[in-house]
Amino acid sequence: MTMQTIGRPTRAEAIVGSVPATLTGGRGLLQDEPLIFELGGWSKTGVDIDEPALDAGDLGDLVRAAPIGLPGLSEPETLRHYVRLSQKNHAIDLALYPLGSCTMKHNPRLNEKVARLPGFADIHPLQPTSTVQGALQLMETLAHWLKTLTGMPAVALPPKAGAQGELCGLLAIRAAHEARGDGRKRVLTPTSAHGTNPATAAFVGYAVEEVGQTACGRVDLADLAAKLGPDVAALMITNPNTCGLFERDMLEIARLTHAAGAYLYADGANFNAIVGKVRPADLGVDAMHINLHKTFSTPHGGGGPGAGPVVFGAALAPFAPVPWVVHGADGLTLNEHGDGSQSFGRLSAFHGQMGMYVRALAYMLSHGGDGLAQVAADAVLNANYIKARLRGVLSAPFGRPCMHEALFDDRWLDGTGVTTLDFAKALIDEGFHPMTMYFPLVVHGAMLIEPTETEPKAEIDRFCDAVLALAAAAKTGDVERFKGAPFHAPLRRLDETLAARKPKLRWTPDEAAA
Amino acid sequence: MRYLPLTEDDRAAMLAEIGAPSVDALFADVPKAARIAGPVDLPPHQGEIEVERQLASLAAKNRSAGQGPFFCGAGAYRHHVPASVDHIIQRSEFLTSYTPYQPEIAQGTLQALFEFQTQVAALTGMEVANASMYDGSTAAAEAVMMAHRVTRRPKAILSGGLHPHYAAAIRTLAHVAGVEVVRQPAAVDAEADVIAALDAETACVIVQTPNVFGTASDLTRIAEAAHAAGALMIAVVTEAVSLGLIRSPGEMGADIVAAEGQSIGNALNFGGPYVGLFATRERFVRQAPGRLCGETVDADGRRGFVLTLSTREQHIRREKATSNICTNSGLCALAFTIHMSLLGEVGLRKLAAVNHAQARKLASAMAAIPRVAVLNPRFFNEIAVRLPKPATAVVEALAAEGILAGVPFARLDPTAGLDDVLLLAATELTTEADIAALGRALEGAL
Amino acid sequence: MRFTKDHEWVEVDGDVATIGVTAYAAEQLGDVVFVELPDVGKSVKTGDGLAVVESVKAASDVYAPVTGEVVAVNEVLTSEPETVNAEPEAAGWFAKLKLADPGAVDQLMDRAAYEAFLQTL
Repeated sequence: MTMQTIGRPTRAEAIVGSVPATLTGGRGLLQDEPLIFELGGWSKTGVDIDEPALDAGDLGDLVRAAPIGLPGLSEPETLRHYVRLSQKNHAIDLALYPLGSCTMKHNPRLNEKVARLPGFADIHPLQPTSTVQGALQLMETLAHWLKTLTGMPAVALPPKAGAQGELCGLLAIRAAHEARGDGRKRVLTPTSAHGTNPATAAFVGYAVEEVGQTACGRVDLADLAAKLGPDVAALMITNPNTCGLFERDMLEIARLTHAAGAYLYADGANFNAIVGKVRPADLGVDAMHINLHKTFSTPHGGGGPGAGPVVFGAALAPFAPVPWVVHGADGLTLNEHGDGSQSFGRLSAFHGQMGMYVRALAYMLSHGGDGLAQVAADAVLNANYIKARLRGVLSAPFGRPCMHEALFDDRWLDGTGVTTLDFAKALIDEGFHPMTMYFPLVVHGAMLIEPTETEPKAEIDRFCDAVLALAAAAKTGDVERFKGAPFHAPLRRLDETLAARKPKLRWTPDEAAA
Repeated sequence: MRYLPLTEDDRAAMLAEIGAPSVDALFADVPKAARIAGPVDLPPHQGEIEVERQLASLAAKNRSAGQGPFFCGAGAYRHHVPASVDHIIQRSEFLTSYTPYQPEIAQGTLQALFEFQTQVAALTGMEVANASMYDGSTAAAEAVMMAHRVTRRPKAILSGGLHPHYAAAIRTLAHVAGVEVVRQPAAVDAEADVIAALDAETACVIVQTPNVFGTASDLTRIAEAAHAAGALMIAVVTEAVSLGLIRSPGEMGADIVAAEGQSIGNALNFGGPYVGLFATRERFVRQAPGRLCGETVDADGRRGFVLTLSTREQHIRREKATSNICTNSGLCALAFTIHMSLLGEVGLRKLAAVNHAQARKLASAMAAIPRVAVLNPRFFNEIAVRLPKPATAVVEALAAEGILAGVPFARLDPTAGLDDVLLLAATELTTEADIAALGRALEGAL
Repeated sequence: MRFTKDHEWVEVDGDVATIGVTAYAAEQLGDVVFVELPDVGKSVKTGDGLAVVESVKAASDVYAPVTGEVVAVNEVLTSEPETVNAEPEAAGWFAKLKLADPGAVDQLMDRAAYEAFLQTL
């Protein structure tokens, strides 16, 4: 016979001894990557551009003569640079992302496909409106869905994020009071409110006062009644609140607020718990922003862009910002200047986050009215399942069933030497992005977990198994596992003190010498 | 439904573990009066085929810029974005990741932001830049708020060349911040007129170059005058590619630069999402709004990046924050960074030169049409022409012929008395055939 | 040295009071990364905001324990905020006030009383 031995052996031989460190610091598939400024591409470019036919002599001394100081990379180098960077990010597409208050649901890829249709992506905001009837119609359709789901008669689409939505709502409220000659100076927010609430109110010129919380985690009606008065412009409330609980007394809260002549502004960050099941209009809300990047699946993109349209009740609708879609004789147009209206003005250039409207509408059309109710049902079910599985091990400040997010505090860690922060970092080693930590501020060492409806039971079980295993380790005094975590992430714990004391916010050429 | 992984068996098992009889029981805290009784009055769920069909039919009702000669600018510009950019931003780890609050597992986002901040600072000629704002107009409004904080003075002077939408956005915020806004009359080339309006109450002057009419001007004298009066100069740039050919606002003495980054890496998208660039002097950084990414080391001494100086922001300072902003324009900033990395200085300079060359051809063609005048003494890639007729009707007529002939100034500001002024932009995507077609059609329409 | 319940300390020399935060406060705050000092010449009444101490994740207000006018601030803290952690009751002082009423300090706790107060927290 001919004896062919190429390619042997074909199974792992037994390995004895410890794992050797690599010789160059490489770690298998995980690649390190310097800054683009350290790759030496000062005279390179990865875009082929023809020589210009004319020079810039007509610009005289306006021409930029001094070097800008920006390197370029060929296409292969650019791809490799950013693909290597991408490897260091955790993402929804990798695992459950239990960030309370953020609604990290699956980002459908159909959204991405339709948003890139040239008829949506390659149209200019200032083309004649006769040439963009489809875009205006899409905005109207999205508006219709948002109004129907919330029961509100009007919606302002322009806000570019939830925080800008809050700004929009409060500006309308301020304009409404001013129109009546009623210059109110205070805004109330619950102690559990998200930081954007008081920040926005202060920005709009209001003094912010906090309303306390009862022992069962909800707005204290007595405290609210005591603090309401003729100089309160609005109460900003989140429902379900940031503790994951539905404000049972919402109708009474609305009644008290309105009786004082104030408006009820709702932060819609937690709309995922009630979409299709409860209409904010039926709760007495006068204005509410909706985070399209939360409830309506537009991608978080590492921090943005978002979109925060605001639904308005009849009292505030007249003050909505420009622009809005108008039904004219020859089709749809835009009212961009608000003439003859009481609009408070314009928030930003152009018409809003069209790219996010397309994505959100694709999602809404996919789920339908029936599907969206199922979204809320599954979101609430998943959160309660987590609460049930972790019950008895993690301490919860509030006993009742939660809505779409489960809140725990750090009492259960007492005596272990492990903090909420340490626990979260150890969770990274187990393969999960940590839950929201230390928010809401009203609970000590808060851990806020929101699975969303797009998590399969198996992934939720895997998450709970990891949390329970870590909890057991904490209880048995395995402190080093937590204090030094993460050990298996691309980087270990980072020195945020140094970054704040000696801020280094850009690369400078001196680094090359260092 | 394809986005809902739970099966009926799953739901039953989970309810059993919870100890609740039904999911409805979990909504017990919702007052009955507030629960939606029947199904919501909206169409039922649909598969991808049908959703795509519906949205494609809406898209088909829009004339996209690529379908014919296209000259719209006025703050949003049509540029070529290399195929790699859109491909990279759609990677799961970039598209579906969150704000980098857990830096150990977000170094991809954070390093890209650090690169972005460096690129923006270099482009604008400033010392430090943030991790992006929503867009150029809100960046400009935040810049005015910042100048008010830094100088503790109550007045902002807006030049006659500032984009009217930007002026409107500034005015909305200024109204509630107690900042008086003085807006100079719309003018093709009068940025320096702000100098005469400076006084001891002025916090800042806001000038734009190239301005909304396309005029490029030297801001140095304006900066000197502002500083002499104890005020700051805010420079607005709405066409980021111009920074590859025109002297940077930083060089010319700007204290804050508020710019629109859309031209680099991002499509027109009917006005959003875009990406605001915000850059300033290092000594003002603690008064700056928005996220900041900084360099540091990890427990093993390896270099890494984190969000820093967070105490300025809403989640910590709450009502004393420098702004209420929470998000940045993350993915759009990433697209900017990738495109900028591909271009490099070499590519950007050439791209800018080509843009200017095409605009020169456009200007020549316009100047050759009887009764049409090009109004800008100097421009980058956008010009303002005076027509013998109201521009809006002319643009409508040309649209019917398949030509998107720019933006009538009256669309931005119907009160300026400039109804006969048309703004036309040219970029590297503008061809000589496009310019010729525009020329013929315009002559016909006039 | 005298102390307040908000963990500020005051040391008087003639009619000038030096003010800082206590060792307990510095320990509770964690790493101090920035101190926002008042302007020289600013007048403050007892209980007014005098300065802000920032750690990475929080900003804490420092209140004026007495009424007076700011005559000096500790510039060292601008470049070395960690001094507050290292020597909170010495080199880490924040500001000096010219007192309206030098006797007002006597109403504040002495060190024994402050230490006793800390036990109750």
